[in-house]
This record gives sequence, C-alpha cells and structure tokens, in this order.
Amino acid sequence: MRNPLSKTIVEIQPSGIRKFFDIANEMEDIVSLGVGEPDFDTPWFVREEGIYSLEQGKTFYTSNAGLLELRKEIASYLYRRQKLTYDPKKEIVITVGGSEAIDIALRAMIDPGDEVIIPEPCFVSYAPCAKLAGATVVPLQLKEENAFKLKKEELLDCITDKTKILMISYPNNPTGAIMTREDLEPIAEVARERDLIVISDEIYSELSYRGDHVSIASLEGMQERTIIINGFSKAYAMTGWRLGYLVGPAFIVEQMLKIHQFAIMAAPTTSQYAAVLAMRDGDEEVAKMRESYNQRRRFLLREFERLQIPCFEPEGAFYIFPCIKKFGMTSEEFATKLLYQEKVAVVPGSAFGDSGEGFLRVSYAYSIEELKVALGRIEKFLETL
Amino acid sequence: MREEILRLLERNGRIDLCDAAKMLGMTEVDLANEIAQMEKEQIICGYTTLINWDKTSTEKVTALIEVKVTPQRGRGFSQFAEKICQYPEVESMYLLSGNYDFVVILQGKTMREVARFVSDKLAVVDSVLSTSTLFVLKKYKDHGSILESKPKAERRRITL
Repeated sequence: MRNPLSKTIVEIQPSGIRKFFDIANEMEDIVSLGVGEPDFDTPWFVREEGIYSLEQGKTFYTSNAGLLELRKEIASYLYRRQKLTYDPKKEIVITVGGSEAIDIALRAMIDPGDEVIIPEPCFVSYAPCAKLAGATVVPLQLKEENAFKLKKEELLDCITDKTKILMISYPNNPTGAIMTREDLEPIAEVARERDLIVISDEIYSELSYRGDHVSIASLEGMQERTIIINGFSKAYAMTGWRLGYLVGPAFIVEQMLKIHQFAIMAAPTTSQYAAVLAMRDGDEEVAKMRESYNQRRRFLLREFERLQIPCFEPEGAFYIFPCIKKFGMTSEEFATKLLYQEKVAVVPGSAFGDSGEGFLRVSYAYSIEELKVALGRIEKFLETL
Repeated sequence: MREEILRLLERNGRIDLCDAAKMLGMTEVDLANEIAQMEKEQIICGYTTLINWDKTSTEKVTALIEVKVTPQRGRGFSQFAEKICQYPEVESMYLLSGNYDFVVILQGKTMREVARFVSDKLAVVDSVLSTSTLFVLKKYKDHGSILESKPKAERRRITL
C-alpha cells in the first residue's frame, strides 16, 4: 500500500508529554490542578435557553456565518467593551470554539513560506495550525523578567521580509500574563510600520483582574489589521458547547467564511441560541465568576510565596505560572515526580513551548477546598526534595 | 472591599479567617477588624447554619402566614412588627407590597402548634384584619443552597 499520509501532518509531532497526560488521566485518587476550563457550570439561564430552543424545534442549520442575532450581540459587546464597531453582516463569523477560529484565520491568510511569529509560552494549537496552513513558524521566547509580556525589541528581532502575521494571546494561557494599553502601543506601532497582521486570541478577555482587558484592535490604525478571536468557553463557562467567533476586516473575514462554510457549515445551533442570551444578560454572572477566580488567584499566590516557590503575579486568565528552576529538574521531571509521589497533576510549562521550560502551569479553576488539598500535597512533596 | 468580604461570608459563614484573608489579599488582622466593625454596625447581624431538618428525626413544620393589618396612627406598621418579632418561633418577618401587609415565617414542632400561634397570638391582635396560613411541604432551596444537590459532572484531569 502506498503511504496514505500527508507529509505535513506526519511532520507535526504529537506533544512529547502526551504520555504524562495519559497517566494523569488514568491514575486513581489524583488531585488535579491541570485543567484549562472553568469549574463553574454554565449559568442556568443560558442552559435553559438552549433547552428551550430545542423544545421549539430549533434544530436546523443556521446561516454559515451564524445566527445574525448572535452576531449583532457580539458587535454590541465589542462596542460596549472596546468601543470597536464591526458590521455583524460582514465582519463576524461564529465558529466551533476559538479553536476553529484560530485554524481558519491562519488558513485564510497564509501562503506557503509566509512567516508567523508566535510568542511562547502559548496555547498549543497556534504552531501546528500555522504549519498545517503552510506557514513557517517563528517562535519568540517570552521572558519571565518581562512578566511574559511581548516587547518591541523582541518582536523586531523576529521580523524578516517574509513575516506576515503576529499571533498574540492576552490574557495568556499558560502564564496568566496580560498586556495593558501602554504595553500594546509599541507592538501596534511595529505592526503598523512593518505591515503585520495581528491575530489576537482574546478568549480570556473577561478574566482580567486589574482593570479591563484592552484589545489591540482598539489601538489607532489597528482594527484594519487585526483579527480578534474570542468565544464563550471561558467567560461563560461554556467549554462543552463549542462556540467561538472571530471578527476582522470584511475582505479577510469573507475568505475565512469560505473555509468555515466548506469545512464546518455552521456552528451548533443550540449553542448559538444559548449564547445570544449569555451575551445579552450574562455580565453579572461573569462578574461573579471573575470575583471567585480573583480570590483563588490571590490565595494561590500567597500560598506559593509561603512555599517559597517563586511566581510572578499573573493578572489574567485562571493560571499561575510558578518557576521551579531552583529544584534542578525539568518541568516534566518535576510534574511527573509530583504526580507519582503525591498524586497532584499540574502541567509542565514545556508543554507550551521551549520558554515554558522551568515552569509549571497551575490552574485555579478549582474551589479553595480543592486548592488546599492540592497545596497540602505539594508542601509534603517539597519536603522530600 | 467590604462588599467582597460580605459576599464571601454570605456564601460561607464558617470560612477560615486565614484563607479568607489570602483570598481577599489582606492581612488576617485587617480582615478580623473589618468584620468586627461590620458586626458593630449591624451590617453583619449574625451567623447561622443551614440545616436540612428533613434528614434528621426532628419534626419541624414551617409555615408562611400572610397577615393583613390596620396601620397604627403615628407608628405605621412598626408597632405590630416589633411585637410579633419578639416570639422566638417567628423565624422571619417581612413587610410586603400586595394584598397582604406582612408575611411571618414560623417554625413549629407540629401543625397544631403553628395553628395555635395563629389563633392565640396573631389573629387576636387588634390591628390584625385577616391571616392566611401556608404550610411548607418540602424545601428545595434555602439561602441560596440547593438542599439535595446532585453531584457535579466530571471534568477531564488535564486539558490545555
């Protein structure tokens, strides 16, 4: 039989630490701080709206771009929060999670050989999706001393004649870092001067604890060169509903919609009806969850300080990113030992790129009680080192 | 910050002070002082335990009694309210809008005891025009907590 496989896909290595994840998912009595999804249930009024839509028999495809009603809500949300104006008819596509949005955004803009700058550590799908689209991935190593913010000089160092896209994600998974307006200005300046397109994954935008999130698209001259990716998973605790969206200039979004139309058809109808209500009436529930996350964030930071594990102060998402370099182990060694010895699952920072080496991603999408049990075990583990 | 402390305590009155201080980003001493101050100002009026008595052998009857009264000259509804609130079996009492003026929530051992309270103590007050007693058959949710909550759906242990 001939080799049925695509060279491009075979060349993309499955994550080296997948074995670690398999063990963690199968072991008994594990206390996990390893998830990237909220522990809250989707607010009841949102679930109820999904159920109601089913009762009414709303079980058909929506238009390819998604329910217009939902796109209008998203436009009004972006205006409310970022003073950004988008045309719901031409500049917004509802996707199957932020993940699909990442994929189609890259595919619609990349020709073979185009370079995409991806600051790391970052979410795991950016580089593989860029490669599948034919891009050359240029990783940029973010530094803890900069609180994992992207700096102008670092960006300039990575730019070549072939650079087309900069992929950023703040508030960041896995570091919890954020970028303020002042932090974003110099980056926007480079993007404008060097004619870069920015894909800004803002899936954690509602989880920012020191002032509101600022989208790079809201900076001068940036809306025309920015694709914003966002979704319902993190803010509204709707991971399982698989619903996200992207917004951007009409002539780019039009091409993205083509891929979406042929590959996906349309995002799940039930999820879209539920999401309309989430966007319309969800602010209060989001604020409640944000307050809880923030309390856990403060709690964990104080506890890691007590355990003398250095950790910069993350200001967004629901992760802290402590540094374990002083223990003389790699992230994966540390995480594996912690898993076997004390049955606590955390994610090695190296899962998110080379610059994540020496760090752990600790999620606080858990109740204080759960965090305390895990911390007790971690404390015991540290005594054995 | 006061509001955040209150929201935290409202959900869990028994929260460990040390944990709460860490969650709020304050020192334990500051938090204790703030709580003491709010107790003094009667913003925090007490701490209770939410109990599902149905799961014990103790017989408890809860009744909601709607009461219509004639307001007293110069004192409005307060005189009546202050008087009724004195009875220990009255768990809560609210002034309402609508057809009735008050609802009195009563905890008694038996239906007869509740009935006796209504006929002997409540209905005989001069200003009371009429009452209507509703017995609680089952409590599903109390003080924001579902009494028989279902176990949470499981998440995967690691997701990126």
